[in-house]
Amino acid sequence: MLPVALSHYLIVAALLLVLGVFGIFLNRKNVIIILMSVELILLAANLNLVAFSAVLHDMVGQVFVMFTLTVAAAEAAIGLAIVVIYFRNRGSIQVEDVNLMKG
Amino acid sequence: MNWMVALPELVLACFGMVILLVGVLQRGRDTFQLASMLTLGAFLVTILLVIAGARGFGYHGQFVTDAFSLFVNVLVLVGASLAVVGSLDYNEHENLRRFEFPVLVLFATVGMMVMASSTNLMTLYLGLELQSLSIYVLAAFARDQLRSSEAGLKYFVLGALASGLLLYGISLVYGFAGSMQFDQLATALADPAHASPGLIVGIVFIIVGLAFKISAVPFHMWAPDVYEGAPTPVTLLMATAPKVAAMALLVRTMATPFGHLLQQWQQLIVLISIVSMLLGAFGAIGQRNIKRLMAYSSIGHVGYILIGLAAGNTVGVRGVLIYLVTYVFTSAGAFACILAMRRRGTMLEQISDLGGLGRRDPTLALWMTVFMFSMAGIPPFSGFWGKYFIFTAAVQSGLWALAVIGVLTSVVGAYYYIRVIKVMYFDTPEEAFDPRPASLSTLAAATGLFTTLFFVFPAPIVGAANAAARALFG
Repeated sequence: MLPVALSHYLIVAALLLVLGVFGIFLNRKNVIIILMSVELILLAANLNLVAFSAVLHDMVGQVFVMFTLTVAAAEAAIGLAIVVIYFRNRGSIQVEDVNLMKG
Repeated sequence: MNWMVALPELVLACFGMVILLVGVLQRGRDTFQLASMLTLGAFLVTILLVIAGARGFGYHGQFVTDAFSLFVNVLVLVGASLAVVGSLDYNEHENLRRFEFPVLVLFATVGMMVMASSTNLMTLYLGLELQSLSIYVLAAFARDQLRSSEAGLKYFVLGALASGLLLYGISLVYGFAGSMQFDQLATALADPAHASPGLIVGIVFIIVGLAFKISAVPFHMWAPDVYEGAPTPVTLLMATAPKVAAMALLVRTMATPFGHLLQQWQQLIVLISIVSMLLGAFGAIGQRNIKRLMAYSSIGHVGYILIGLAAGNTVGVRGVLIYLVTYVFTSAGAFACILAMRRRGTMLEQISDLGGLGRRDPTLALWMTVFMFSMAGIPPFSGFWGKYFIFTAAVQSGLWALAVIGVLTSVVGAYYYIRVIKVMYFDTPEEAFDPRPASLSTLAAATGLFTTLFFVFPAPIVGAANAAARALFG
C-alpha cells in the first residue's frame, strides 16, 4: 500500500484552498456558499498545520488547530448573524443583489 | 511564566466583561452613555497601566512588551477613545444607543493590543481575529439599515477570506521553518539562501492577509464600500486604531522573524506601496460622498506609510510610527467634522452639503480646513511632518523612486483635499447644520490643536518613535 507522505497532505490542502477561493470569487448565487468556502479555506490551513505538526514532532501545530477551530466557530456565528440581518433588510441573499454601494 | 507583561490587556478584557454585566443588569434603562463613560475610563486606566507596566517577554516568549508595543498600544487606545467620543452623540440620534457598542470597541481594542505585542504567529492570529470579529459586528451595527448590513456583509466575507489566507500562510511558514516563535524563525531564516520556495509562498500569503487588513491595493476593494456603509463612528474607528495595529503587526512581522529576508519581501512592499499611492490619489478625484473620499484617502496614506516599511531600517520604522500618530489625529478630526454634518436631524454625507460652511459655521470650517491641509501634507500641519520623516527615510535608503512617486501623488491628492475647502468657502451657502454637541466640538478642537501645534513640540513623539523603532531592530 502507498504510504501517505507529507506531500499528499499538502496537495489536498492546496486543493481545498483553491476550491475555497474559487468558491468565493466564481460563485454568483448565494452568500451561504461563500460562508462554506471560507470554512474550506480554514480547513485547508488546519490540515496543513496538523500534517506539519506530525512530521516535525511538534505539538504547537495541533494546539493552534484547536484555537483555529474555536475562531472558525465564532466567525461562522457572526457571519450567519450578518447574513440574517442582511436578509431582513434586503429580502434576498443572492450575491448579485449585494450592490447598493459601488464606485 | 511572566504574565504581568500582559496586565493591561487582561485588565482591559476584565473591564469589558464588567461593562457587559453592568449593561445587562441595568436592562430597560438607557445604559449606552453609562457604558461609554465606563469604557473611556477603562481606556484611561489601561493607558496608565501600559505606560507604567512591566517590560519583557512573557508566556514562553509568545508575548512581549517593549518600546514598540508601548508606543502602538497607547496610540491604539487613544484612537479607540476618540471613536467612542465620536459615537456619543451619533448613536443617540441614529437610534443606536445600545451598550454593546462601546463594549465591542473595547474588545476590538484588546485584540489590537495583543496584535502589537505578539511575538508568535499564534498570538498574532488570535489578536487579529479578536479585532476583526468585533469590527465585523460594528460595521453591521445599524441593523435596520440596508447600507450598514451590506457593509457588514462585504467586510465579513472579504475579511474572513483574508484571515483564511493569512492562516494558510502561517501554516506554510510553520511547516517550512519549523517554528511559530518569532525569535526562532529569525534564527532559522538567518541565511536567506536556504529559504525554501514553500516558505516564500507562506510569507507572501501572510503579507496578502495583512495588506487586506490595512486596505492596501490590490486588496483595498472593500474599503470604500465599508467606509461608506458603516455607521460613521465605526468608520472613524476603522480609519484609526485597527489601521495602526495592523500596520504595527506588519512591521513587526517583517522586521523580526523575516528581517533577514528583506530582499525577498522588499520588492513586494514597494510594489504595494506604489499602487496604493496611485489609486488613493486618482480614485478619490471623482468621489461625491465624503466618507468614500476618506476611504480612498486612507488607501493613499497606507501607501505612504508602506514606504517607511520598505526602507526596512530604524529610520523607516520611525517614520511609519510618526506618520501613524499624525494620521490618527488628523483622520479622527476629519471624521468629527463629518459627524457634525446633520441638518434637521438627518445625517449628510455629500461633499456638496458642506457648501458655504465657512459662513454658517466658521469654527467647524476652520477645523475641517486644518484637517484637509494636514492630509494634503501642507506645512506646518502634522501631516506634512509625517510625510517628511517618511520621505527622508526613503531617500536615505536609496528608494528614490518611491519618494518621487510619493511627492507626485500627494500633489494629486492636494487637488481633492483643497476642493473640499473650496466648497466650504466659495460655494453657494446651504442651510446651516444643526447645533453641534459638546462632544464633537471637543473632539474636533482637541485633534485640530494637535494637528496644528505638532510642529511646536514634536520631540517627545519623535523620541518615543525612535526608541520604539530601535526596539525592533536592536
